[in-house]
Amino acid sequence: MKIHEYQAKELFSKYGIPIPQGRPAFSVEEARAAATELGTLPVVIKAQIHAGGRGKGGGVKLAHSADEVAAVAGAILGMTLVTHQTGPEGKLVRRLLVEQGLDIAKELYLSMLPDRGTASVVIMASEAGGMDIEQVAATTPEKIVKVQVNPLLGLQGFHCRQLAYGLNLAPELVKKFIPMIGNLYKLFSAYDCSLLEINPLVITKGGDILALDAKVNFDDNALYRHKDILGYRDLDEEDPAEVEASKYNLNYIKMDGNIGNMVNGAGLAMATMDIIKLAGAEPANFLDVGGGASAEMVENGFRIILGDPSVKGVLINIFGGILRCDVLAQGVVEAAKKVDVKVRIVIRMEGTNVDKGREILQASGLNLIVAADLKDAAGKIAKIARA
Amino acid sequence: MSIWVDNTTRLLVQGITGREGRFHTSQCVAYGTSVVAGVTPGKGGQDADGIPVFNSVRQAVAATAANCSMIFVPPPFAGDAILEAIEAEVPLIVAITEGIPVADMMKVKNYLNGSRSRLIGPNCPGIITPGQCKIGIMPGPIHRIGPVGVVSRSGTLTYEVVHQLTMQNIGQTTCVGIGGDPVNGTNFIDCLQAFNQDPATKAIVMVGEIGGSAEEQAAEFIQQQVKKPVVGFIAGLTAPPGRRMGHAGAIISGSSGTAQAKIEAMEKAGITVVKNLGELGETCARSFQGAI
Repeated sequence: MKIHEYQAKELFSKYGIPIPQGRPAFSVEEARAAATELGTLPVVIKAQIHAGGRGKGGGVKLAHSADEVAAVAGAILGMTLVTHQTGPEGKLVRRLLVEQGLDIAKELYLSMLPDRGTASVVIMASEAGGMDIEQVAATTPEKIVKVQVNPLLGLQGFHCRQLAYGLNLAPELVKKFIPMIGNLYKLFSAYDCSLLEINPLVITKGGDILALDAKVNFDDNALYRHKDILGYRDLDEEDPAEVEASKYNLNYIKMDGNIGNMVNGAGLAMATMDIIKLAGAEPANFLDVGGGASAEMVENGFRIILGDPSVKGVLINIFGGILRCDVLAQGVVEAAKKVDVKVRIVIRMEGTNVDKGREILQASGLNLIVAADLKDAAGKIAKIARA
Repeated sequence: MSIWVDNTTRLLVQGITGREGRFHTSQCVAYGTSVVAGVTPGKGGQDADGIPVFNSVRQAVAATAANCSMIFVPPPFAGDAILEAIEAEVPLIVAITEGIPVADMMKVKNYLNGSRSRLIGPNCPGIITPGQCKIGIMPGPIHRIGPVGVVSRSGTLTYEVVHQLTMQNIGQTTCVGIGGDPVNGTNFIDCLQAFNQDPATKAIVMVGEIGGSAEEQAAEFIQQQVKKPVVGFIAGLTAPPGRRMGHAGAIISGSSGTAQAKIEAMEKAGITVVKNLGELGETCARSFQGAI
């Protein structure tokens, strides 16, 4: 799960991690009130969307007076912000963060994330703050200092010192930095974060160190033990069809193509998308109905795929194991009867009860194209895409 | 011959009294697996379809000499269940459970280091040695006894691969699903090493997907040490970056973990990489000619 910057900063504040004074605002009036409450000028007005690169896209602006706050807030709210992470369609800005402006002396980078290879928490820091860290890693890797924390051991003093000295911090800043790392690690562990990134972490001219930005993602598998943050989920930031699918425990990701597909199992689903592409078409989605899908889940999945107006054909690829082919066939038939199907449907089934499944499809009287195997299915779907 | 499981395997099932655990245990028994015990805390002394149930793994092992555990415990308690099995020194642990928090698995992985246990999974279909022993949720009948070792990060995609091999009359020594989670126990290299040393395994099929760099490392290992022919497949060429494709571990982060990079690394290592999944069976038949 992703959350907004202002929400991440609320968590930072709870854990004693220094942040600039700020208030969220959902309207121009609220932005004006927030600036008044802060009582300092200039303020920074920051678009709140679940994507990085907001500054370059025009979503972060300074305001030097109350009137300018209103003008800037009015301009950013409701704009469609396009950044390198939003895709060309951009994202509509519905929320703002109004923050005190700071006199910045230096920008640093800091992040924590679970490293899959070493099963440890990797903490990365760099003096090259405010930049894309992947680019820093590619061009000047010597500017990145990295420590690995064994989760059975936890964060130790030497980890923090390695980071502090690696960043060439002055002695009085080291004293502020080390407890901050400790608190960030506490937050990271307490909430099962899958990413915690501060870019930039700033040193002010007054000698303070603060998180100017805050990005926190959570492990979806651990959300059951963090009910207190579920309220942070912003459905406006998610694709409506994906939200709908998640209600039925379906794993759906919207894509740009015109061939829909429904598959059981994530690996096979990806491979099926690849086959569609190899056949000369583009997949319209990823949809994994899971190993133990019911006829009802299949029906809902079908409805969601067909709800996408660009879909002109659907490939259903099921390898029956736990999900039996007769259950799948029943679901498809019921869904096709309820939904007005205007597109061609190719079904490829294999595995448990496949003969029974094919019988159900044939007896349904529906105009379904049954494929013998994957190669055959790819050929049939290619024909539809070309039509 | 085979790797890790055969007809001497004595299986215990953690979470045997749950719906999934009970169903799949019955399927394993039907395949011929020797299931000797179940563990469900609080239900010790009962039986599940005739299999004795114990309160703890230690008790079950002491009473039945079980040497392998299959875990169906729900995600919030699965990490703990794996740790219990490691602590009880069960030699092979197969965790089927999907959805274990990464933080729990990171602890498990570090606790595994230096222990006497091997972990397969989690979030995997399990391991099967055709004709001898099935531990997991894969459909038994698609398998066939033969000379090819299969290792995969996926579930149904593995079934597809196995099915295509069987349709070509190519049987399998052992098929291992190492799971789709970012942090897992046994990795590609562990399996490749075991297949390489197993005299019955004459060729290997390796099925990967986007996310992480396990396939790249495996490719390097194959180039250096594996003399048997390897056919590979990678799922996710069309997967968009930054999105988790069903499996918790299937995500392209920034520019790392792409299918393209994995395929290139594998081809460089001399592995025959199949681009179209529909052609995997035929490609294996061609590439393994003479070896199997």
